Amino acid sequence: MPDPQPASVYDLDHKAEVENLATFAVLVDNEPGVLHRLVGLFAARGYNIESLTVAETDRNAHTSRVTIVTRGTPHVLGQIEAQLEKMVSTRHVQDVTRDPNGLERELALVKVKSLGAERVEALRVADIFRARVIDTTHESFVFEITGAPNKIDKFAELMRPLGLVELSRTGVLSITRGADAL
Amino acid sequence: MTAHQTITAPEAADTEMMSGAEIVVRSLLDQGVEVLFGYPGGAVLPIYDALFAEPRLRHILVRHEQGATHAAEGYARSTGKPGVVLVTSGPGATNAVTGIVDALMDSIPLVVITGQVATHLIGTDAFQECDTIGITRSITKHNYLVKNVDDLPRIMHEAFHIATSGRPGPVVIDIPKDVQFGKAAYQGPQAVTHAHDYRPQVKGDAGRIAEAVTLIAQSRRPILYTGGGVINAGPRASALLREFAELTGAPVTSTLMGLGAFPAADPKWLGMLGMHGSFEANHAMHDCDVMVALGARFDDRVTGRLDAFAPTSRKIHVDIDASSIGKNVRCDVGIVGDAASVLEDMIAAWKAMRLSVDKTALAEWWKQIDVWRARDCFAYTPDSKLIKPQQAVERLYHHAKDKDVYITTEVGQHQMWAAQYFRFEDPNRWMTSGGLGTMGYGLPAAVGVQIAHPDSLVIDIAGDASVQMTMQEMATAIQYDLPIKIFILNNEWMGMVRQWQQLLHGERYSHSYSESLPDFVKMAEAFGAVGLRAEHPGELDDKIAEMISVRRPVLFDCRVTKEENCFPMIPSGKAHNEMILAQEARDLGSIIDDAGKRLV
Ligand SMILES: Cc1ncc(C[n+]2csc(CCOP(=O)(O)OP(=O)(O)O)c2C)c(N)n1
Ligand SMILES: [Mg+2]
Repeated sequence: MPDPQPASVYDLDHKAEVENLATFAVLVDNEPGVLHRLVGLFAARGYNIESLTVAETDRNAHTSRVTIVTRGTPHVLGQIEAQLEKMVSTRHVQDVTRDPNGLERELALVKVKSLGAERVEALRVADIFRARVIDTTHESFVFEITGAPNKIDKFAELMRPLGLVELSRTGVLSITRGADAL
Repeated sequence: MTAHQTITAPEAADTEMMSGAEIVVRSLLDQGVEVLFGYPGGAVLPIYDALFAEPRLRHILVRHEQGATHAAEGYARSTGKPGVVLVTSGPGATNAVTGIVDALMDSIPLVVITGQVATHLIGTDAFQECDTIGITRSITKHNYLVKNVDDLPRIMHEAFHIATSGRPGPVVIDIPKDVQFGKAAYQGPQAVTHAHDYRPQVKGDAGRIAEAVTLIAQSRRPILYTGGGVINAGPRASALLREFAELTGAPVTSTLMGLGAFPAADPKWLGMLGMHGSFEANHAMHDCDVMVALGARFDDRVTGRLDAFAPTSRKIHVDIDASSIGKNVRCDVGIVGDAASVLEDMIAAWKAMRLSVDKTALAEWWKQIDVWRARDCFAYTPDSKLIKPQQAVERLYHHAKDKDVYITTEVGQHQMWAAQYFRFEDPNRWMTSGGLGTMGYGLPAAVGVQIAHPDSLVIDIAGDASVQMTMQEMATAIQYDLPIKIFILNNEWMGMVRQWQQLLHGERYSHSYSESLPDFVKMAEAFGAVGLRAEHPGELDDKIAEMISVRRPVLFDCRVTKEENCFPMIPSGKAHNEMILAQEARDLGSIIDDAGKRLV
């Protein structure tokens, strides 16, 4: 059943509706200001940005790929998609979350400072998560881990009592399974 | 939805070397531009120099850059062609900002060329430097900073394409001074390779169109709710709208921006809808069972209380802008496409599917509409000594209706009275600032309209406060011999503000009195225009006739009753069927609840 209309357009904040995370992959013309335009669109319309990654992906076609994780009610997410489509610099928008073939990956660097049993345990957990040690001292490790965002969340959560002191994440990247391209 | 692919251009035929400034001028010519509105300054001098030697481009020198943008809007809205503006860097660009936002909100195609300091000075806080593309990024459909003169031909042509296709809007091109001096090979509109393959969806989805017409055929109480999108889709869309209304027998209402798309003389016309719309239009919207929104965007001024907006209706929404569909109001059938194209397909589908309406139900519906009409919502009581503002517009309409007339307005009560009492039979005849509500729009817009239609009657229905915002453009009218008529409904108040203070703020008239008004007649004379004043109902007709007959700019000071309110009115936070008529308006303060008072 559709949600009832609120009394006024001023109340259209859809508070009662459930918010979901969504990942959009956006192929844009790589030109000065395009990222500002995109971020400005989110700021001006009050949309959230949970994470944002951007890099040129095709030098010849002058295109960059932006992956943006946002949060909103189904209605807001629909608006975000439409507004992204509307930008002149946008070539393609894909809602990765709603695509059953969507794949999401993130890379994180995790610094853990501990000694003795905790240090051993950290190494063991890292092994289970297939995280690599890329730096070590007698009292610390830096792990490199890739995976779905929730895997990284889980890893960080387990590392926290084992001495996690710093976390750096790239933000989400996405692509779809199969032969079709964006 | 935009399909994007790389366009491969045909062989570049034309490879003449030109300066950036010459490229600007040549591109404008190749785009069919005849007029531009502008104001010079250091950062655009090379372009002005190129214009000096170009007799085919007419430059209209305004008196303030805001005036240039509104004049270009008036030009665009009355011709269907893009408006072109040329201003300098820094203050030239910032002064243009209001008009650029106005054009964005009302979907007017503008190409605004701004000068910029030389590329090596950008970012150094140079004299008259400002971050024009930063400032205008969120108020344009698209904008460009041209860093390399080689890109200039492409950007110029692409800007026109973007401004005029899809949902129209303003495009800013910021050109540093060294780029204007630099040399490059010129390429014409056909030769350039666009960097953005911008191709908005014009044709509506056939399946949805079939679904839509089926819904309409099954309806018992249909209504067509049209907006500025029908005007933007060109005269053909207006013609198709008339045909579709004829086929379905459905009543037609429109937004403020859509006036003229459907003829006011047609019996199916219900008048404008919304906050100050007609009683019959708003009630019909409330009670309809199928609503067809065409190029309209369910603005808050139109819908009133959303949870009581047309509660029993199925909604079909046709719009060129996919993001407008379902934004404020959920719809049952959303069709992305151009109003003309979709109307054409709807008519074809209606005929191909041999659909027809339920004649008995429709007759019932019209009977109900006639009951609402009988309330005569625009009735007012004339006064023997004082001119009523409604009467002033009515008489103006009487004198102008058989002429080739274009109306612009400022913003306030007079704007609503103009929309209510002036009647439009054709599109592109009505220019008003709807989305942004910009006081000061009407006078420069009239300048732009008159430039495009030198022999037509162009009237700005103005307010005493608004007209002072861009009054200096009277000098532009004098300079170019533009016989615009500025018809001021002078109530000595910021009337719309006063009305809200009366109804919502306990009659505390905080700073809304038009103190120290100039003598408009003397002011007209100081500009070299004609000043006229009407103070009594008895002299109104003669003075209006005089205004129309002189072939010079006129400032008409029409003294009207000071405390008149604009009715009917949907109080903030109320539904369409809770509309208030003038007779019932005594204790409006108690009708609007606290929640309503918080709304704009
Ligand atoms: C640039 C700008 N500033 C402020 C407003 C707010 N505003 C809306 S109507 C109005 C009063 C307009 O007065 P006037 O032009 O005399 O028209 P009236 O309502 O009296 O017909 C004001 C101040 C506005 N719309 N635009
Ligand atoms: Mg006034």
